[in-house]
Amino acid sequence: MPEGTLCNKKPVDTAQGITTLLADQSGKTYYQEMKSLEIDSDLLWKTIQNTCKSRIRTWLEICAHCGMCADSCFLYLANDRDPKQVPAYKIQSTLGEIIKKKGKVDNAFMLHAMEVAWAQCTCCNRCGTYCPHGIDTGIMFGYLRGLLYQQGFVPWEMKIGAGMHRVYQAQMDISSEDYIDTFEWMVEEYEDEYPGLTVPVDVEDADIMYTVNAREAKHYPEDLAEAAILFHIAGEKWTVPTKGWELTSLAMFAGDWAACKIQVQSVYDAMERLKPKRMIGTECGHAHRATVVEGPYWAGLKSGRPPVESIHYIEWLAEALRSGKLKIDPAKRIKEKCTLQDSCNYVRNHGLRDTAREILSYIVEPGYFIDMDPNRQHNFCCGGGGGFNGIGYFRKQRNVGLKVKRDQILATGATLVIAPCHNCWDAIRDLEEEYEIGIRWSFLKPLIIEMLEIPEHLKPVEEE
Amino acid sequence: MHALLTGPIFYLSSGVCIIGMVVRLYLYFKGLSWQLDRVAYKQYPVMGFKGAVRSIYKWLIPYGTYGWRSQPVMAAAFFGFHLGVVLIPLFLIGHNVFMAEKLGFSLFTISACTADILAWVAVASLFFLILRRLVLAEVRIMTDRKDWGVLLISMAPFMTGMLARYGVGDYSFWINAHILTGEIVLLAIPFTKLSHVFLFFASRAQLGMDFGIKRGGLKGTKMAW
Ligand code: SF4
Ligand code: SF4
Ligand code: SF4
Repeated sequence: MPEGTLCNKKPVDTAQGITTLLADQSGKTYYQEMKSLEIDSDLLWKTIQNTCKSRIRTWLEICAHCGMCADSCFLYLANDRDPKQVPAYKIQSTLGEIIKKKGKVDNAFMLHAMEVAWAQCTCCNRCGTYCPHGIDTGIMFGYLRGLLYQQGFVPWEMKIGAGMHRVYQAQMDISSEDYIDTFEWMVEEYEDEYPGLTVPVDVEDADIMYTVNAREAKHYPEDLAEAAILFHIAGEKWTVPTKGWELTSLAMFAGDWAACKIQVQSVYDAMERLKPKRMIGTECGHAHRATVVEGPYWAGLKSGRPPVESIHYIEWLAEALRSGKLKIDPAKRIKEKCTLQDSCNYVRNHGLRDTAREILSYIVEPGYFIDMDPNRQHNFCCGGGGGFNGIGYFRKQRNVGLKVKRDQILATGATLVIAPCHNCWDAIRDLEEEYEIGIRWSFLKPLIIEMLEIPEHLKPVEEE
Repeated sequence: MHALLTGPIFYLSSGVCIIGMVVRLYLYFKGLSWQLDRVAYKQYPVMGFKGAVRSIYKWLIPYGTYGWRSQPVMAAAFFGFHLGVVLIPLFLIGHNVFMAEKLGFSLFTISACTADILAWVAVASLFFLILRRLVLAEVRIMTDRKDWGVLLISMAPFMTGMLARYGVGDYSFWINAHILTGEIVLLAIPFTKLSHVFLFFASRAQLGMDFGIKRGGLKGTKMAW
C-alpha cells in the first residue's frame, strides 16, 4: 500500500479530512499506514535541488565534525550524552544522507528521519550559536521537516495541526463566530469587576490589534479576559479582528510551508483591513516567531517585516509598566522565590533578552527573582518546543528531554516559574506532573492583574 | 624535479587555488536567497554588514564568544593549531623570499624564533585534536575517512617542513616533499573540506547577517553569532 487513506502525501485541507484523521485514536492506523508509505525519490531530489542552496549545502560540507556543538544541545545532555544526540550527527545522518543519496532512501530511513526531526530536535537553535562555523542545525531541521512533510512522514498531530491552519486559519477548529463569542462571553464575566470592560471587534485605525493562541479560546478563555482587562486598565485603543486573529502556527512545526503562508496571510490581511498602528500577540513564543519573524518571508514580503509593526506581549507589558500606563501596588509584588523561562523563539531568535526581566523588576520584590543558569539567549529549551509537547508518539522522549529544565529550575530553588510562552508553560506544567518537584507556573497576565493599582475612575461603584 | 615543483606545478596549484576560491565564494553568495533563507539581506545592508563583521570578528578572537569560553581547552587547541597553520605558511621568511621571486610580491614576515614557537604549539595542539577525535565519543561518532584525509593533507607540508628545518636526513628530499605536499594543499583547498579556510568567512557572515537583520538585530540586540 503506497499511499494510506490517512497517512499519505496529501495535505489535509477539508474539515471532513480533519475529522477523519482525528477519529483515528492517537493516530494508530495513521502510523501503521506510514510503515508502508512509499517515497517519491524524484520529487524529493527535485525539491532539494530547487530549495537546498548554498547556505545549507555549505553548512553540511564544511562541518568539521568537531563535536563542539554537542554540549549545547539539551537533548544530548538529557540523554546522558548519547553521541547519537550530537546536533551535527543528527543532521548529517538524516538530511546529509538524503542529499548524499540524491533522495533515494527507503521507508525505514524516513521513519527514522521523522523521529530525529521531531523527537531529537526542537529547533531551539541553541547549537547554532556554539558552532565556530556558524552552522545552525535547528534551521536545517526545520528544512528537513519540510521535506519529510512533503513525503507524508510527519507526526499525526502535526499533520492535523497544519490541516487546521489550512481550513480554519487557526490551530484548532474554531470559527470566527466561536472566537468572538468566547471573547465577548469572557469579558461579560468580568464586567462587574471592571465596569466598561469590552472587547472592541474589528475597529479600524486602533492603536493595537490583538492576536491570540487558539488554545486560549478553546481551553484557557480567562486568558482572553485578562488581556482585555489589562488593555482596559492601561487605557489602550485596541481591537480584535474577526478574521486573522490566530498568531500561532503548527504548520511551521509541521514543515507545511504552504499552510504557513495561508496562516500568516490571514493575519496580514487583517492588518491591511483594520490598519492598526501596531499588532500585539499574546504570550506565546513560536507564534511570535511564526507571524512576526518568519511569516513575512512566507508571505513574500521583501521587507522581512509584517505590514504593521508587530511586537510581543512582553514588549507591550514592559512599555506599559515603564510609562506608568499600568501601575503595580508595591505591597502586592511577588514575594516567593521565582524564576523565568526565556523562550528561545523570541529571546535567542528575536533578541528580547532583557524585556521580561524589566517586567520582573516591577512585579517581583527585590531578592526573590533567581535567574536560571544559563539564561537569556543562552537558555536551554524548556524541553517541549518545536511541536514536541504535542506529539503523543514521542511522549517518552519528550519526558526525558524535560530533565534539563527540571534541573535548571531545581538549582534556582524557585517555587514559581514564570513562563510567558504557551509551549514553555505546557512543558513546565508537564514537567511538574512527571517529576513532581513542587513548583507552580504562570503566564504574566494573571500575575500582573493581581497586583495592579486600579485608577479610581475604572473601579466598580460601591453600592450603598 | 625541484624546478618542476617550484615552476609550473607551483603556478598551476596556486592558480587553481585562487580561482577556485573566488569562484566558490561567488557561487556561495549568489546562492543566498532572501526567501529561502528567510533573511532580507538586501533590505538592510548596513545591519547585515555589521552583523556579519561582528560574527566573524568575535569568533576569530580567542575566547571572544560564549561558545569559545564554554570549551576552554578545545578553544586553546583550536587557536594553537590554527595560528600555526595560518601564520607560518603566510609569513615565514623563507616563504616570502620564494613568493617575491615567483610572484613578485611578499608579505610581512615573522622571525624564525616566532615561527619555531608557533610550529611547536601547532604540533602540540594537533596532537590534542587527534587524541580528541580518537577518544571522545561525541567526536568519534562523526569522524569519517575524509576528516582524517584532510588532517593528513594539511599536516604533511607541516611535518616535511619541520624535518627540513631541523635537518633530519636529506634536506633537498624533505624540501621537495614539503613543496609538493604544500601544492597538494593548495589544490585541495577549493575541492575538499579545506574549503573551510574561506567558506568559514562566508558561513559566519551569513549567520551574522541573519541575526543582524532578522533575529534580533533590528531590535537593537547585538549577539555575536
Ligand atoms: S556543527 Fe559546528 S560545532 Fe558541530 S561538529 Fe559541525 S563544525 Fe563542529
Ligand atoms: S536546535 Fe536545539 S534541539 Fe535541535 S539540535 Fe540544536 S540544540 Fe539540539
Ligand atoms: S517551547 Fe519555549 S523554550 Fe521550548 S523551544 Fe519553544 S520557545 Fe523555546
